[in-house]
Amino acid sequence: MDHHRSSTLLDEALALDWTQPRVIVIEDCVETNGAFVLHHVLKRSVCSSHFFYFCCDFLGFFSTIFPLRSHLTKIAWFSLFGGSPCTNFLAGCNLVTPKDNKRFVFFNLLTLECPDGDEGKTSGGLPSLYREIQKVIIALHEENRKSITIMIDDISLMEVAANGSTNHVLDFLHYCHTLTLEFGCLLVTVNHGDIYSSMERPALLLQMEYLADILIKAEPLSTGLATDVHGQVSLCCCWT
Amino acid sequence: MAAMKTRMSSFSRNTSVAPAPQAPGLKSGPNGTIFLSSGIPDLDKILGGGFPLGSLVMVMEDTEAPHHMLLLRNFMSQGLVHNQPLLYASPSKDPRAFLGTLPSPVLSKDDRSHNRDPEQLQEKGLRIAWQYKKYFGEHRPNFDSHRDTKHEYCNDFDLRKPLERYFLTAQNICCLSIQDPPNLAAFRDCCAKFLAQFSRNNSSISCAGRVAIQSFCAPQCEYSNMEWDMLSFIRSLKGMIRDSNAVAVITFPPSLLSPSSSKRWQHIADTLLSVKAIPDEDKELANLLTGYQDMVGLLNVHKVANVNTQVPVILEATTFSIKLQKRRYLVLECLNQAPVDGSSGSSYASTGSCSGSTKTGTLDF
Repeated sequence: MDHHRSSTLLDEALALDWTQPRVIVIEDCVETNGAFVLHHVLKRSVCSSHFFYFCCDFLGFFSTIFPLRSHLTKIAWFSLFGGSPCTNFLAGCNLVTPKDNKRFVFFNLLTLECPDGDEGKTSGGLPSLYREIQKVIIALHEENRKSITIMIDDISLMEVAANGSTNHVLDFLHYCHTLTLEFGCLLVTVNHGDIYSSMERPALLLQMEYLADILIKAEPLSTGLATDVHGQVSLCCCWT
Repeated sequence: MAAMKTRMSSFSRNTSVAPAPQAPGLKSGPNGTIFLSSGIPDLDKILGGGFPLGSLVMVMEDTEAPHHMLLLRNFMSQGLVHNQPLLYASPSKDPRAFLGTLPSPVLSKDDRSHNRDPEQLQEKGLRIAWQYKKYFGEHRPNFDSHRDTKHEYCNDFDLRKPLERYFLTAQNICCLSIQDPPNLAAFRDCCAKFLAQFSRNNSSISCAGRVAIQSFCAPQCEYSNMEWDMLSFIRSLKGMIRDSNAVAVITFPPSLLSPSSSKRWQHIADTLLSVKAIPDEDKELANLLTGYQDMVGLLNVHKVANVNTQVPVILEATTFSIKLQKRRYLVLECLNQAPVDGSSGSSYASTGSCSGSTKTGTLDF
């Protein structure tokens, strides 16, 4: 896939020139999965040249140096699969080459263990994860740090991994946000908005919406089912 | 490549049939997927082949009717017929007793008539068939034409006839009661040990496994008020299932969870179904739907597992009626709206509309 080909409507809306925006928040619901936006960003990232990515799918890292020609020839996606050494088809992309080149680092939220107790004092869990991210970014050349993409799919699963500690998850996200400010990284997160719709003050949802430069909401069609139409997407650009 | 083409309309990729997996009871699907049967032929068709290996299926129960048990029984029976190891967990004190209620496969196709509405064919006069789609399924070939029940991918099950005892005495059934343990650590370890025998590797699949967990958050379970622990268990189970050649089916009553927690469970599922009771003698529904009197419940398909594809499964309908054909065989049918009464000029369905579905509507034609 050539990144110079004509862009789609989603490309134009996202304005992915990799210099801004810094935070993209995708909200979806049970009926309509918004992970396709994540896949789109991933594919665009993989197919572009001279990119470093940190891709967190189920919290993962994706760090690449790509030549002009993409090595990707096969696309298949299973958004909730991952972490297994024999599963090299993640999110619709063949990630064998990036993994072999140590340009893709993947953390599986399904197996992430967050110990109980004071998170700030213990190793492992979200603090450890953040330290790993920061270490890799700092190790990169300054020029390449702006081409990093951190992808998180999804935040609600991270809450489960943190045993319901929303504050710890928020702290982690805020720290990731500082990376975007300091190094110009791109942070893309998926959040299931319907989980928080019954709460009076859903701090996690509201704070991520506040931090977002682009907020994308994926919902079912308001008119009901339709062939070949999966749902509707609303984009709100919040940056000035 | 397909990626270079602009999507026009209902284009579907022409996938050639891959060689069948060596293990019995498995079927190859598109994009390298391997399916195992749900035990309900109609449900397999709806889902595009069955349940993909490595996926988590969740069924939302209706507290007013035990229709989820129909799905669970057929799922478990199908696995035992194919000699697939089974782990069954339930809040009951004696979960093994439930095995005696599993249905037996139908031995002969002749035993079950596919002519669902013989009376219509004999009516005199000209009738315009507006609900022709339901007749198409009768002429489609089955996935496998073998007569041997053990080699059929998906059997028809006779709900009135219990499964033969020799299926139940096999060594590959593990039954657990989840009522007494105060936490889920031991249950998690059992699942890990069970699923370890189906660990994925690059070699061919020798055997697939099934995990069936009934009413996971039932109030009689000690842990039922520990929502984060239950979520953590489901997350762990999903991680284990991902790395194994197995399928897990969990049923749960969403009304017993907080709305937020219920939504989390639904999001974790790869395939999400729900069952709903149909009230008896509901005149409105009787006027709206044809065949209402034969329905025992409704099945809703909220989400279908996406395996190795970026294209989500879009179903023509998401709500299906659950019927017991001859009071023995479980069938799922699309809902059909009742015809307009031409003589009076008024519609039988005063408010029903096929196109008026909203996001919160329960019936989607």
